[in-house]
Amino acid sequence: MAGTKNNTLKLKFDTARDYAPAPESKSAATIQPRYDLFINGKFEKPLSKKYFATINPATEEKLSEVADANAADVDRAVVAARQAYNKTWKNMPAKERGKYIFRIARIMQERARELAVIETLDGGKPIRESRDFDIPTAANHFFYYAGWADKLEYAFPNRQTNPLGVAGQIIPWNFPLLMAAWKIAPALATGNTVVLKPAETTPLTALTLAEIIREADLPPGVVNIITGAGETGSALVNHKDIDKVAFTGSTEVGKIIQRAIAGTNKKATLELGGKAANIIFDDAPLDQAVEGVINGIFFNQGHVCCAGSRLYVQESVYKQVLRKLKDRLETLIVGDPMDKNTDIGAINSKQQLANIHKYLKIGQQEGAEMYQPSGVLPKKGFFCAPTIFTNVAQSSRISQEEIFGPVLTIQTFRTDDEVIEKANNSPYGLSAGVWTDKGSKIFNLTTKLRAGVVWANTYNQFDPTSPFGGYKESGYGREGGLHGLTPYVNLI
Amino acid sequence: MAEKTIAVPDFSLSPHVDQVGIEERAARFTKRSIKKETKLNGLLLALNMIDLTTLEGKDSEGKVKQMCYKAMHLLDVYEGLPTVAAVCVYPSMVKTARAALGDSGIHVASVATGFPSGQAPRDVKIRDTKFAVQQGADEVDMVISRGKFLEGEYNYVFDEIAMIKEACGDARLKVILETGELVTYDKVRKASDLAMHAGADFIKTSTGKIAPAATMPVTLVMLEAIRDFYYKTGKMIGMKPAGGISKSKQALHYLVMLNETLGEAWMNNHWFRFGASSLANDVLMQLMKEKTGIYQGKDYFPLD
Repeated sequence: MAGTKNNTLKLKFDTARDYAPAPESKSAATIQPRYDLFINGKFEKPLSKKYFATINPATEEKLSEVADANAADVDRAVVAARQAYNKTWKNMPAKERGKYIFRIARIMQERARELAVIETLDGGKPIRESRDFDIPTAANHFFYYAGWADKLEYAFPNRQTNPLGVAGQIIPWNFPLLMAAWKIAPALATGNTVVLKPAETTPLTALTLAEIIREADLPPGVVNIITGAGETGSALVNHKDIDKVAFTGSTEVGKIIQRAIAGTNKKATLELGGKAANIIFDDAPLDQAVEGVINGIFFNQGHVCCAGSRLYVQESVYKQVLRKLKDRLETLIVGDPMDKNTDIGAINSKQQLANIHKYLKIGQQEGAEMYQPSGVLPKKGFFCAPTIFTNVAQSSRISQEEIFGPVLTIQTFRTDDEVIEKANNSPYGLSAGVWTDKGSKIFNLTTKLRAGVVWANTYNQFDPTSPFGGYKESGYGREGGLHGLTPYVNLI
Repeated sequence: MAEKTIAVPDFSLSPHVDQVGIEERAARFTKRSIKKETKLNGLLLALNMIDLTTLEGKDSEGKVKQMCYKAMHLLDVYEGLPTVAAVCVYPSMVKTARAALGDSGIHVASVATGFPSGQAPRDVKIRDTKFAVQQGADEVDMVISRGKFLEGEYNYVFDEIAMIKEACGDARLKVILETGELVTYDKVRKASDLAMHAGADFIKTSTGKIAPAATMPVTLVMLEAIRDFYYKTGKMIGMKPAGGISKSKQALHYLVMLNETLGEAWMNNHWFRFGASSLANDVLMQLMKEKTGIYQGKDYFPLD
C-alpha cells in the first residue's frame, strides 16, 4: 500500500499495554556505592564494621551497600539525639524550629526528581507514583508540620505543650520517604529529636533525606538515621533513653514492640496491618467505583496497609462490576518501574513475592477462582500479575489475612446490615471504602464501620491535614493533621 | 424468525457518573508518555480520523473546494501520508464537496436539523436531512433538541432522532449532544444512552459553537456509555469529540483514552473521529518534527 492514499489506517497499539518504552533517566540521581550511618550531623562508619547490600527489585542488581547498625551504633545515635535535645532543640524558639523544617521541605522539592528516581530504583514502585505521589506528599508533610511548630498553643488551647524527648522511629518499605516524613516532621515540630530506622530493603531515600537534612543545616543530632534490619530496630525500641516509639509495619512486629515497652514510660504509636473492605452498592457510579477499586488494591503493587483488599459487591450489580474489573485489569501495564507508563511495578523483595505466591496457592486450594489478565511478566526481577479471586467466603484465609500484594478478593452481599457486619468481621480496622450515590447511606456506613479512615466514592486519598490510624489490630495513635501532634507532646 | 423488538429503556435509570472520579480517570490518561513509533503511529492515525470542518455563515464554494483539496493533499512533501476521514460542511455545500473529493474515498459529512441550535420545526429538520443526503452526504451530523431534553421530554428527543435516522437512509448518523449545554455528566450519560437506543451510528460531543466543547471527561462518559451499550446489544457505536482539540498532544491523549476504554476495534476512523479544523496542521508539524528532528515554522503548513 506504500505511496497510495489510505484512509483505514490502524494504530499499532496491538493491545492497550503496548506503548513504546518511555523510561525515566537513571542519571537523574546519584547513588553512592556505600552509605554510612547518619549520626550527629555526620556520616559515620558503623562500629559493627558491617554493611549489607540493597538491590533493585526490578532487576535484582545491587544498587549500593549500607551500614548495619549494631546495639553500640544505636546507642551512639540515641546519645547524639539526647544531647541535641538538651543542648539545642528543646530550648530553641519554636519559630526557629519551624524555619528548619520549612527548609527541609523546600530542598526536598528542589531534589524531587532525584528522590523519585531513587525511590523507584530501590523499592520497585512505578516512577509515576513516586513522582506524582510519594515525593510531593512527603514534602507537603514537612510543609504542613513546619507551620504548626510555632502555633502549638492554638493546636492545644489553654494547655502547655512540652516535647517528650527522643523519639525512636521505625518505618516500613512500602512508602520509604513518605513514612520518614510522617514520622520526622511532627516530631521536630513539637520539639523532639529523632533516631529513625528505615526498612532494610529500602534505605536509600531516607539516607538521601539525611543529606538534605545536613544541607538544611539542622543542628547536629536532631535527626539521626541509622540502617539495619530487625535487630537494629529491636535495639532501638529497647534502648533505655528513648521516650517514644513510633512504628509503622506489620501487626506481628507491632505486638513484639508492645510487649517490649510494657512497664516502661515509653509512649508509642503503632500503625499496623489492614484488610480493608471496599463496598460497592447497586446505586454507585459503577465505572468510577471500579476505578476506585483498582486504585484501592493495585496502587503500589498492593503494598499499602490501607489497601482495599476485600471487595464487597451488591449482588444485583455483581456481574457488571466483575466484567468492568476484568476489562480494566487488561489495560494495567505491569513491568519496568522506571517506565513512565508502568502501572504496577516490582514486588519489593523476593521474600514478599514468595509470601504473595503462598497466598495465591492457598486461595486456589480453598476453591476460590483466580483470575489474572493476559499480560506477560518480565523475566527478571520480582513481579506479580494483578490478581482477583471470586468465589470467596468470610472463612477463606485469603479474605482474612493481610497479603500485602496485588491480590483482591471479591464477595457479594444483599443488604446494608449484612455488609456492615461482614466488613467489620476482621481483626483489622485501618480503612474502608463505600461507593453509593446516596448520601444518607454513606453516613449510615461511616458511623458503623470500625475503621480509622472511611473513604466515600474515592479511595487512597492522603493529605497532611488528615489524620490516619487504626482500630483493633491495625494499631493505635493517629498520624497526620492536628491529631498527629498529640503523640509527640506532654500536655500540662 | 420473528423480528426482535428492542425495548426502549427507562432513561431516568441511566447510570450516574461521579464528577470527581471521572475527571481523575480522564486526567490519568494524560499521564501516559507516548514516544517513538507509538507517537508516530498515533499521529498518523489522528490525522486519518479528522473530519476537516468548516461551518461558517461565510462559507463559499471556493472555500469548500480549497478545503477539499487540502483533505486529499495534506502535505504532499511528506510521502505516504493518509488523508483525513471526511470533510464536514453545511448542506448547501455538500454538492461542491462531493464533486471536489471525487473518488478519493474521503467522506462528506453534513450537519443538518437546524444546526447548531436545533430550534427548527421537525419537518424542516427532516427536509434539511434529506436534502443533505440527496446532495451526496454519506454522513449526517444532527443536533438534538436540548431544550426538550432538559424539559425531560425524552420521548420527543428519542422520536426525533429515530425519524432523522430514517431520513438518512444509508448515510451514517452522528448525533450531537451539545454537552456544553447539558452541563452535568449525568445528563451527558443519559443523552448518550438515549441517542444510541434511538439509532445513532455515532455520538458526538459538540457543535463547536458552544463553550465548553469536547473535554476528555465528557468524552470518557460517552465512551463508557458506548461500551455498556455494546455489551448490552452487541452493536458498536462510533464516537466523535468535536471542538477544542487543536494540538497533537491532546489528540494522542484522546487516542490513549479510546484505546484503554474501548480497545483496538475502535482504533480506526470508522469508529472514531475528531471534529476539528486546526488540529491537522499541528499534527503535520509534529510529523515533520518526527521525520526531520526539526520543528518547522507554521508557514510551511498550508492553511485551507
